[in-house]
Amino acid sequence: MFDIISFIPRAVVQGIPLLFGSTGEILTEKSGNLNLGIPGIMYVGGICGVIGSFFYEQSLADKADINGFLAIAIPLLCCLLGSLLMGLLYCFLTVTLRANQNVTGLAMTTFGVGVGNFFGGSLIKLSGAEVPSIALSSTSYYFHRPLFADNLGWFGDIFLSYGFMVYLALAIALILAYVMNHTRTGLHLRAVGENPNTADAASINVTRYKYTATCIGSMIAGLGGLYYVMDYASGVWSNNAFGDRGWLAIALVIFTIWRSNVGVLASILFGGLYILHMYIPTGANPAMKELYKMLPYIVTIVVLCFTSLRKKREDQPPQSLGLPYFREER
Amino acid sequence: MNEKKREPLLHISKRPEMPWYYIWGVRIISVVLALLVCSVICVVMTGENPLSIYSTMIKGAFGSPRKTWVTFQDVAMLLIISLAVTPAFKMKFWNLGGEGQALMGCLASAACMILLRDVLPNWAIILCMIVASTLAGALWGLIPAVFKAKWNTNETLFTLMMNYVATQLVAYFCIFWESPKGSGKIGIINQSSEIGWLPVIGGQRYLLNILVVAVICVLMYLYLYYSKQGYEISVVGESQRTAQYVGIKVEKVIIRTMLISSGICGIAGMLLTAGTNHTLTTTLVDGRGFTAVMVSWLAKFNPLFMILTSLLLVFLDRGAGDISSKFGLNKSFSDILTGVILFFIIGSEFFITYKIHLRKRAAKEVQLHV
Repeated sequence: MFDIISFIPRAVVQGIPLLFGSTGEILTEKSGNLNLGIPGIMYVGGICGVIGSFFYEQSLADKADINGFLAIAIPLLCCLLGSLLMGLLYCFLTVTLRANQNVTGLAMTTFGVGVGNFFGGSLIKLSGAEVPSIALSSTSYYFHRPLFADNLGWFGDIFLSYGFMVYLALAIALILAYVMNHTRTGLHLRAVGENPNTADAASINVTRYKYTATCIGSMIAGLGGLYYVMDYASGVWSNNAFGDRGWLAIALVIFTIWRSNVGVLASILFGGLYILHMYIPTGANPAMKELYKMLPYIVTIVVLCFTSLRKKREDQPPQSLGLPYFREER
Repeated sequence: MNEKKREPLLHISKRPEMPWYYIWGVRIISVVLALLVCSVICVVMTGENPLSIYSTMIKGAFGSPRKTWVTFQDVAMLLIISLAVTPAFKMKFWNLGGEGQALMGCLASAACMILLRDVLPNWAIILCMIVASTLAGALWGLIPAVFKAKWNTNETLFTLMMNYVATQLVAYFCIFWESPKGSGKIGIINQSSEIGWLPVIGGQRYLLNILVVAVICVLMYLYLYYSKQGYEISVVGESQRTAQYVGIKVEKVIIRTMLISSGICGIAGMLLTAGTNHTLTTTLVDGRGFTAVMVSWLAKFNPLFMILTSLLLVFLDRGAGDISSKFGLNKSFSDILTGVILFFIIGSEFFITYKIHLRKRAAKEVQLHV
């Protein structure tokens, strides 16, 4: 039978990395930067957190006297720092040097995935493990521990059984949606993404908005990588395990038509579609599950086509998405 | 209020068209700088002196006849996909779906090899394969193109998503046609009979692919620079409004160009499946659809320069592969080096297009005008 109570929590934990990624990318795209480096940034975020906590765990004589605060703060800061650097690099190339965003983004993805797998592989060698992965179980305990005490039966299972980063992701997504639609900063940011010429004429500092939005966006996306390693994978880093979730996060941006509050539910839906094949009986043909994995992408394509067919103005991508801004060019 | 006007420290303006030696000078300097940074990274990682690292790289790419052939094969496969996406890029249609389109070509030719092996003679199968893989690739490009032309759907995101649909479709058929049963993958197709394998010419298994790609490269150069259709592509790329004004049917050009672009991707897939690898996996195209975007852009969409840029990227990849095995580093080392070099080249374009004025000079110019 289809077990909804075990299905939803698994869909949620699958969806949260996507939610981090897409929230970050929504913020970035709203400033007119199409950052295709998100998959790479998520890798970098993940590996930086791993490096941080790896050396912290190594520095301890005994794994038992690990400090809970440091165990969370060190990977978190490392992750934010790593993804911030990636965001700055992207901004420097596309905003300051006005390079092509698609090419820069793809180069960032190559670089970021390379960095992730390279340092991941090096750490694995350093730790001298038999299996090709690093296990940071003591750190992961603090990330994985449910934030709320849980003795509420199915309600607790569905809503309260997650680590703190899940709630962090939801909070960031909702806050971003509020900032975007109800504050002056959000209005200015949207103006920069829609038409930087007009925004500039209205004395909005286009460069500063683009830099800030993209860097914060990268940091949020990087957290997705950290969440994946520390909570979802229980602190086990193995190379390429993150897979194509970064691209799925970009798909989610389109699916939610650039609204991060919609992303909260949509990411869970995507997470559900991602694992649906484990729950639907495939009969005698195991190949069917590969077709089910196609669903998130097909749904995204349908939404993309549908929004462009309807031509509703609120549902369109930011108008200057992907275009560099140069004041003197008209 | 402070009435004094604040002059920004830096002021940027667009350069006029620069002579070719300036443009190439900037690019070469950027590559040299990038190589310096790379060697610093290598030294930090390996503790070897940089010269021995570069000689290891050269040995890795061209050290033996076999290695050289593999390098050229990789260059050829990267080049053909880069050539394929180029006409679309010149039209400012960001076809990031080269990966999926090539995979569909692989799928179609594998299907021909498997389904027709007992039905048709070998030459007919190869003929079917060429047609089927071109059509399969073209279909994968046609869908986003039609939506772009009719409803202006964002093609970057659409083609990107199509990649993963193709990947999953291939994953499905990998299990569907699995051999041996239960392995979940397709081994070498028709290993004993070699039905549907492209012929080996001159005793070199990669030579045919390389020749095909060389021919396509020249044809693409002629198509883009010396044909009416190529000119139409340039006009549409520069300004759709101008194109409409002079009577070019923009929709038709978009769809036609994407058919050509994705059709060639399909052929690339066929060369991979039928020409060299004789199998079907989801990673057969190996990210070349994305690398091709960079190759094509770095060469400024000129097919002849693409030979150089794809050689550069393949050389880095294979050379760094050798470094990592020699010094016990991870294989992903090459991705890092590639990334660093790309960042430098991407950044260097700024100094070709724009000029920086410092505050002092700007102030003097103003005085002169007064």
